[in-house]
Amino acid sequence: MDAYTSSELISIFAMQGFSGISLFSVLLLMALGLAIIFGQMGVINMAHGEFMTVGAYTTYFMATLTETYLPSFMPYYFVFAIIMAFIVAGILGYLVEFAFIRHLYKRPLDTLLATWGLSLIMQQSFRSLFGAREVSPTLPEWLLGSYQPTETIYIPINGMFVLGLTTVITIGTYYLMFKSRWGLRVRATTQNRAMSGAVGINTKKVDRYTFALGCGIAGIAGAAFTTIASTGPTTGTLYIVDTFMVVVFGGAMSLFGTIASAFSIAQTQSILEFFISGSMAKVYTLFALVLILMFKPEGLFASKVRR
Amino acid sequence: MRKTSSSLLPNTIRRRIAKGLMALPAAILLSSIGMSASAADVNTTGLAVTDDTVTVGILHSLTGTMAISETGAQEAEKLAISQINAMGGILGRQIKIIQEDGASDWPTFAEKGRKLLVQDKVAAVFGAYTSASRKAVLPVFEKENGLLYYPTFYEGLEQSKNVIYAGQEATQQILSGLDWAAKEKEAKTFYLIGSDYLWPRTAMKIARKHIENELGGTVVGEDYKPLGNTQFGSVINKIRLKKPDVIYAAVVGGSNVAWFKQLKAAGITSKKQTLMTISVTEDDVLGIGGENLEGFYSVMKYFQSQDNPNNKAFVTAFKEMWGEDSVIGDGTQAAYLGPWLWKAAVERAGSFDIDKVVAESEKGDIELTTAPEGYVKLHQNHHLWSKTRVGEWGKDGQATVVYTSELIEPNPFPAGYQ
Repeated sequence: MDAYTSSELISIFAMQGFSGISLFSVLLLMALGLAIIFGQMGVINMAHGEFMTVGAYTTYFMATLTETYLPSFMPYYFVFAIIMAFIVAGILGYLVEFAFIRHLYKRPLDTLLATWGLSLIMQQSFRSLFGAREVSPTLPEWLLGSYQPTETIYIPINGMFVLGLTTVITIGTYYLMFKSRWGLRVRATTQNRAMSGAVGINTKKVDRYTFALGCGIAGIAGAAFTTIASTGPTTGTLYIVDTFMVVVFGGAMSLFGTIASAFSIAQTQSILEFFISGSMAKVYTLFALVLILMFKPEGLFASKVRR
Repeated sequence: MRKTSSSLLPNTIRRRIAKGLMALPAAILLSSIGMSASAADVNTTGLAVTDDTVTVGILHSLTGTMAISETGAQEAEKLAISQINAMGGILGRQIKIIQEDGASDWPTFAEKGRKLLVQDKVAAVFGAYTSASRKAVLPVFEKENGLLYYPTFYEGLEQSKNVIYAGQEATQQILSGLDWAAKEKEAKTFYLIGSDYLWPRTAMKIARKHIENELGGTVVGEDYKPLGNTQFGSVINKIRLKKPDVIYAAVVGGSNVAWFKQLKAAGITSKKQTLMTISVTEDDVLGIGGENLEGFYSVMKYFQSQDNPNNKAFVTAFKEMWGEDSVIGDGTQAAYLGPWLWKAAVERAGSFDIDKVVAESEKGDIELTTAPEGYVKLHQNHHLWSKTRVGEWGKDGQATVVYTSELIEPNPFPAGYQ
């Protein structure tokens, strides 16, 4: 085997570090929306992945539209596509909550089944609307390629973009949940629904907007992932398992837990992947997860909630 | 249930109607000639054959995760059948199609396969795509004595009386591609990476053996990622560390897109790195994007860009039937061969009886000189003699064939793998 110079080893170390952080931001972005819905409302949304797919298809639709009618606008469309993805997925989430989630709040296991059914319906609708083939939106030039701080270090720009976006969304969610009046209402409803209603909070409205927000963030995640992978009718199912893993491991009630959980899972997996084969890395990661959950069934950070 | 491929293009529907109208006079003409032998003579086992029609089945996934890959295959089969009908059908009989949806679900494939054989009594079935779906229908076809034409390149290690394999088995696809890399690219070190299931693992086993024993090269890394995985950062860093001459890849499906996009973002392009894949066809390039593949190589037996009269006619006819935007990958072309192979065997047997058709097929001298990929011949072992090609991808999503092998004998049971 060839000898390596120390600078080569350092650059591989740096890139490996970034690949872990990049995986972390992807996991976190996926899990945020679900964590809000699961954590604040106790609804297990099996269709979460499909809301991501809605965001991804929205981006694809925007890209095609821009390419056809406004080619000069191509470098900027992606920002608007993300906003549109949030709005479209959010409105869809709002309607879904209105149409059938709200009838099932007292039956958590039935929501599981119902949202799973919803996910199948959505998958087939994507297939009928957009075709079975996977699609990729044309990305603006500035999102492609990599940033080279030195001769041998390549940091993918799409990875940095997802990282930046995740940071913004996470901080935004934090402010919304913990600093705004609306967040106060959400937390009050989570802690004691009857009392919240008694002091004049419209808990039904809170539920609907929380669900819509969670779905909207899923839409953003979907839009961001078009920079990494392609979009097909069943793309959502690829993400849903990882998403649940992060949320459950982090502790369902805690935003901070979700962050910590995404970080530890991403780093473990990324480092293991470097030393052993890909599939086995996942096996060991899951094994560690199961072990920890055996001793801490409520997840890493469980906030104390009066039920 | 006849479902058509889901697409927004209205012109495909228009074409389909137009085609139906065109086929009508041909059918009338044929029945008036009345040259066919009576149904009892050509069909002694109760198949769905009348004096002027014969019924076949098409069994592919029209829904579910595999629909993306199987759509092209069933389109090609319908094209071949409509062309055969326009030429006068088989033994003077027009071919009727019963289509079933395997729905990307292996038990469903088995169930629909049984329905086609037992209830519809079809004379042949064109279908199955993944190895899992083939393995699921195999016992059904063997028990009911059906005949399946299977279109996909696959891992080999199988030969059933009731299946004709129109795609390449693993040794055909792998060995000559590696020889080419060793010779043309002077490759000594290889990094193997694939999705984690049967086909890539078997393929890599064959590749590793050939690299180590025949080419005198070394495998510097071997990695398998779960199906659907979209994170290749760590693997790419590992590859960078090992500096292989050739990356040899069998990543499939949605993962493939992430894999090539991330390679490009990491600065691993064809300018600095030779990459050879056995899992990218024109269909996949639609999703991956030609710009992410430019300069990389695929090893297949067929590329849409192949420059020969057969292929030109095939591509034109395919686009006329299924739309200008359609692309044709290796599996689609192999699926197109199915009905023609069946026609040749039936006509030589003078009968639709499965046993007689299989017996003719097993003589090992059925040739197709009109195959889009060029000349192919059916071997006694139910696989095709075919050439393997190395294609270099261009930005436009089409490959330029840079190497064509000799006609390779199919060897589904290479020594040391049973």
